[in-house]
Amino acid sequence: MSFGHKHILGIEHLSREDIFQILDTAAGFKEINTRAIKKVPTLRGRTIINLFFEASTRTRTSFEIAGKRLSADTVNISASSSSVVKGETLEDTARNIEAMHPDIIVMRHGASGAPHYLAERLDCAIVNAGDGAHEHPSQALLDLFTIREKKGSLEGLKVAIVGDIAHSRVARSNLYALTRVGAEVRLAGPGTMVPPGIEKLGAEVHHDINDAIRDADVVMMLRIQLERQGKTLLPSLREFSRFYGLNQDNLKLARPDALVMHPGPMNRGVEIASSVADGPQNVILDQVENGVAVRMALLYLVAGGEATEES
Amino acid sequence: MSILIKNGRLIDPANNIDDHLDLLLKDGLVAAVGKNLSVDADETLDADGKLVTPGLIDLHVHLRDPGQEYKEDIASGTAAAVAGGFTSVVCMPNTQPVNDNLAVTKYILSRSEEVGRCRVFPVASITRGLKGENLTEMGELKQGGAVAFSDDGRPVENGEVMRRALEYARPFDAPIISHAEDLSLVGKGVMNDGFVATELGLKGIPWVAEDAMVARDVMLAEYTGGHMHIAHISTRGAVEIVRRAKERGVRVTCEATPHHFTLTEEAVRGYDTNAKMNPPLRTEADREAVRRGLADGTIDAIATDHAPHHRDEKNVEFNIACNGIVGLETALPLALRLVRDKVMDLPRMVALFTSGPADVLGLDCGSLAAGQPADVTLIDPDCEWTLTADQLVSKSKNTPFDGWTLQGAAITTIVGGKIAWQRAEQQ
Repeated sequence: MSFGHKHILGIEHLSREDIFQILDTAAGFKEINTRAIKKVPTLRGRTIINLFFEASTRTRTSFEIAGKRLSADTVNISASSSSVVKGETLEDTARNIEAMHPDIIVMRHGASGAPHYLAERLDCAIVNAGDGAHEHPSQALLDLFTIREKKGSLEGLKVAIVGDIAHSRVARSNLYALTRVGAEVRLAGPGTMVPPGIEKLGAEVHHDINDAIRDADVVMMLRIQLERQGKTLLPSLREFSRFYGLNQDNLKLARPDALVMHPGPMNRGVEIASSVADGPQNVILDQVENGVAVRMALLYLVAGGEATEES
Repeated sequence: MSILIKNGRLIDPANNIDDHLDLLLKDGLVAAVGKNLSVDADETLDADGKLVTPGLIDLHVHLRDPGQEYKEDIASGTAAAVAGGFTSVVCMPNTQPVNDNLAVTKYILSRSEEVGRCRVFPVASITRGLKGENLTEMGELKQGGAVAFSDDGRPVENGEVMRRALEYARPFDAPIISHAEDLSLVGKGVMNDGFVATELGLKGIPWVAEDAMVARDVMLAEYTGGHMHIAHISTRGAVEIVRRAKERGVRVTCEATPHHFTLTEEAVRGYDTNAKMNPPLRTEADREAVRRGLADGTIDAIATDHAPHHRDEKNVEFNIACNGIVGLETALPLALRLVRDKVMDLPRMVALFTSGPADVLGLDCGSLAAGQPADVTLIDPDCEWTLTADQLVSKSKNTPFDGWTLQGAAITTIVGGKIAWQRAEQQ
């Protein structure tokens, strides 16, 4: 079965079958990452450009390693060293890159919709590595992969997503992905950080973290973007931590085997207490590990590969 | 020079006329209106099956001249106007330099005399440099040809400045046109705040940003007795604020744009930068309120907010794209949809383009009474055509209606008794 999408712009346009195809493909790739020789020839001769207009360590490195382990040639371009500072338009920057015939552009941009804009104008495949406050599809997929790996299945699980929902692309992509595979999503955040109408996407909305995490199978904490918050969204980080931070006490409300997740980078002591971040229920580094396998799967599928037989 | 227009349905709301009448124009003025006029004219136009109306008036355009002629200029903007059936346009002062002094007002008037295809009425700014601080020399500007004052593109944030502007302009009989938004509530928003913004991950502009400022401005008009005109009204709440103010006799008028009565925030999906405007496209309930306001007289005029932008200024990421669309060549067919949708009858629609805007600014046009300027628009209300952005007369092609099939168009536009534009047969 070949993959039905040229680009990965977001989860919104993926079906439940697409999502499982990606997860199953990733499962087949995961083992490669633990071999002594961590390389297969699958994408040999292909060129992948990581075009990052926003700072990123984890996601960019993960995509780069994913490409390299599939034997693709990967090139990183970051905005600070690109033509953007010279005032070149996004379209011109992208067209110049495309003239060098890459097969895939993995792209992160601060403007919501920027990868969609390029997908309309370029011939090569675009993989969205995060656009503004819109979507971060590879993050949601690696989160689903991790949950499925730990819990066996996704259907019927109760997942709490807590923090700054309004400005989070991780929250949107996870909301689309989790509801599509039959999980129940509860969102919780301060009144200033829950965007209007989000419940229409199929989530329960709470302003009390306890209501969201009670009996949850998974508690996913979002990063408070300290650098982005104006003074009006939160009175203080101290107050946020008291009302919306995850700690050993409120985690007891969740199921005893609940997973604790965080997309990173963490603000220890703000949205997540160190005792929980390092505690027995955390799967935070599993998320990072699985990120490589999931991104290998995405690159493989948009490069025209077929799904593996396993499922 | 005389023109006789025969057999048309003549709709002249200023004089309560809706009848099959002939119209004679002579020496730049309306000479006669009557049944079966039989006079020798230099030219006779057969308007059988067509509407004959006073020349359309657009209260709100950006001609971008002086300063941004790469987007539009007085020649191209007025050419687009007559192609859309407009014989008069009122141009906003956010040019470069700003129209905040007599020299710029005079430039616009003399340039329009030289290259303009229709009448051009300049609006001067309320404050120098649109900075919201010092009032412009309103007396001199009004005498020199400015018809109103506005800092359009920006609100007058300081309530004291707006109060004094209303008080000072009042004896000069000049309305203050408010671009009403509370910038602190707008923040970095780029589209209407709500579910669609949530889904697209774009920062929202809440309706309360407009309602709060309209409420303040209406109260200042009530307090000062000055004439406040609200530009491009777009929210349910703002329409209701104006409706109630009018009921208690406040001197407030307002206008709405074709895009706000035609489109909603749904048009932003796909990150279409031609759906990015200020005020932003709103919800279905807001659109409905604007349509009701147009029908019941709360809203006085349809104005396009014609905002030409170069392709390069729209062909970018959504959050950095310029606000606004061109509107002169699509306003009439979009308004005719309101008639077909039974929101209003034809005379009301014509009033929103003629007597309505003329009354707002006290312009000596918008009527076909004998002795009035011979500004006339002939409209084919039925012809179907497909809009192609590239074929717009305007220098700029930023329209969200590209590819739309539209019904109705101006076929002949007459300014001062001279044919300024005729629609080609094949269109």
